[in-house]
Amino acid sequence: MGTLMESAKVFFAEFMKLRSFLQQVAEIYQFVTRVIRNFFVPPYEGREILRQCFFVGNRSLFLITFTAFIAGVVFTRQSRPSLASFGAESWLPSLVSQAVVRSLGPLITGLICAGKLGSNIGAELGSMQVSEQIDAMEVSGTRPFSFLVVSRVTATTLMLPLLVVYADVVALLGSFLTVNFFNSSSFSLYFNEVATNVTYLDVFSSLVKSAFFGFAIGIVGSYAGYHSEKGTTGVGKAANTAVVVAMIMIFVIDLLSLQFINLFR
Amino acid sequence: MRFTENDTVKEAVNAKEGRQIVASIRDLHKSFGDRDVLKGVNLDLFESENLVILGRSGTGKSVLIKCMVGLITPDSGTINVLGKNVFELSPKELNKLRLQIGFSFQGSALYDSMTIRENLEFPLKRNLGIYDKNKLKDLAAEALEDVGLLHTMDQMPAELSGGMKKRVGIARTLILKPKIMLYDEPTSGLDPITSMEINELILSVREKYKTSSIIITHDISSAKHTSDRIVALIGGVNKVEGTFEQLKETTEPELEPFFKY
Ligand SMILES: Nc1ncnc2c1ncn2[C@@H]1O[C@H](COP(=O)(O)OP(=O)(O)O)[C@@H](O)[C@H]1O
Ligand SMILES: [Mg+2]
Repeated sequence: MGTLMESAKVFFAEFMKLRSFLQQVAEIYQFVTRVIRNFFVPPYEGREILRQCFFVGNRSLFLITFTAFIAGVVFTRQSRPSLASFGAESWLPSLVSQAVVRSLGPLITGLICAGKLGSNIGAELGSMQVSEQIDAMEVSGTRPFSFLVVSRVTATTLMLPLLVVYADVVALLGSFLTVNFFNSSSFSLYFNEVATNVTYLDVFSSLVKSAFFGFAIGIVGSYAGYHSEKGTTGVGKAANTAVVVAMIMIFVIDLLSLQFINLFR
Repeated sequence: MRFTENDTVKEAVNAKEGRQIVASIRDLHKSFGDRDVLKGVNLDLFESENLVILGRSGTGKSVLIKCMVGLITPDSGTINVLGKNVFELSPKELNKLRLQIGFSFQGSALYDSMTIRENLEFPLKRNLGIYDKNKLKDLAAEALEDVGLLHTMDQMPAELSGGMKKRVGIARTLILKPKIMLYDEPTSGLDPITSMEINELILSVREKYKTSSIIITHDISSAKHTSDRIVALIGGVNKVEGTFEQLKETTEPELEPFFKY
């Protein structure tokens, strides 16, 4: 009898956990659909979106430049010996360009932005939530959701593809300088080689993928911040959750998009 | 709305005195998880009165007034503000109602990424659609002047003291010319002199804007100065009611300590 009660209790506890998990999923689903609906419904947040776009670039550009350049250098240096051992050094630009455009560029940019922007958005909105600024906007009828959340998600979604193109260029530049360091080749020759090896599908799919990265980063950061718990620890937790979940999302989207794009190759 | 017989009598009396009810709360219940916070609150706010709600921390005073503006949805009960049932309004109608209610938050809730002026202009632009630069500036200046802080116009919230922030928070709601003001602990965390200035401000706001106000506080001297009537919120229900002088004689164990300072 006692054990039956015990197991009933355990079952009940598990049931409540599952219920709160499902509730959370439903809440996130609602949040996402609300953002998407607001994308297309006026009034649009033109000025605020521009301002947020600027922040997105401003906050991440230095880190992206630094990391993408080094990634280009390291990847080239490490690929060279293996290619050389096949006597296939001339394939280097082709290899590097595909690796950078298809995978390295988006991944580096995605992860850096997940860390930098995810935590920024989570902390910003979290502290606004905790200090009742969002409530204050709500009671003065100023539509905080579109002002704060939709503008940020729009900005990250628009900016990520641009940042990825930039990261690609920087990484390829790093790669070129590395190649040049060993045996001087001409800039135009190298980038010609790159251009002939990168297809439109590569570029297009990488841009779409990075737009999804941006969307995920914006959503995750905003959701964590908007629903952050009361108290100052809530802000830290929101920022932390945002980064971890956004990074996981980057990998998941990367994997899914790989499966999807392979349908077209 | 459910009125008991008693309410009808009370309403009749007040009607005779020519006072109208601008907000009424009936049998309001709210719990968070397994914590019952509000357990059947009944309350009326009369035209141009200053009603103080007195109660210890954590008794649900903030929850109560957040329900009044639809920030929190109660589990049961009704709230009627300016003739509208708050929980039956469409988002648009709720927005319109909120324009008539000024909410001064406990922590001021100034938008810390904006200047004081942008704080004040924010609801004008985004709610009323006023974009004319001169008009915005005039309105902001008037509201700031009302709270005596015209000179802070171009400062950031972080540069202001706690009392100044409270004033700016009040100015930001006054700019919309509200009919009802809800003050959430307007003097908490302030020194006695600054507190007194805020009390004076609350009185002068009523004078100028003809507002009816609910003032939440556990500051007995603030209650004394600002109240026409006091309601004590104890254990999630409205228990004792009366003027400051009447409540001074209370024998309610939860309330007595407030007056024995
Ligand atoms: N959004 C919320 N979620 C969960 N609990 C809440 C929430 N808001 C308030 N509470 C709880 O309700 C109780 C009353 O809170 P509050 O109204 O802020 O008290 P006070 O009378 O000091 O203003 C507190 O115990 C608080 O923890
Ligand atoms: Mg409170």
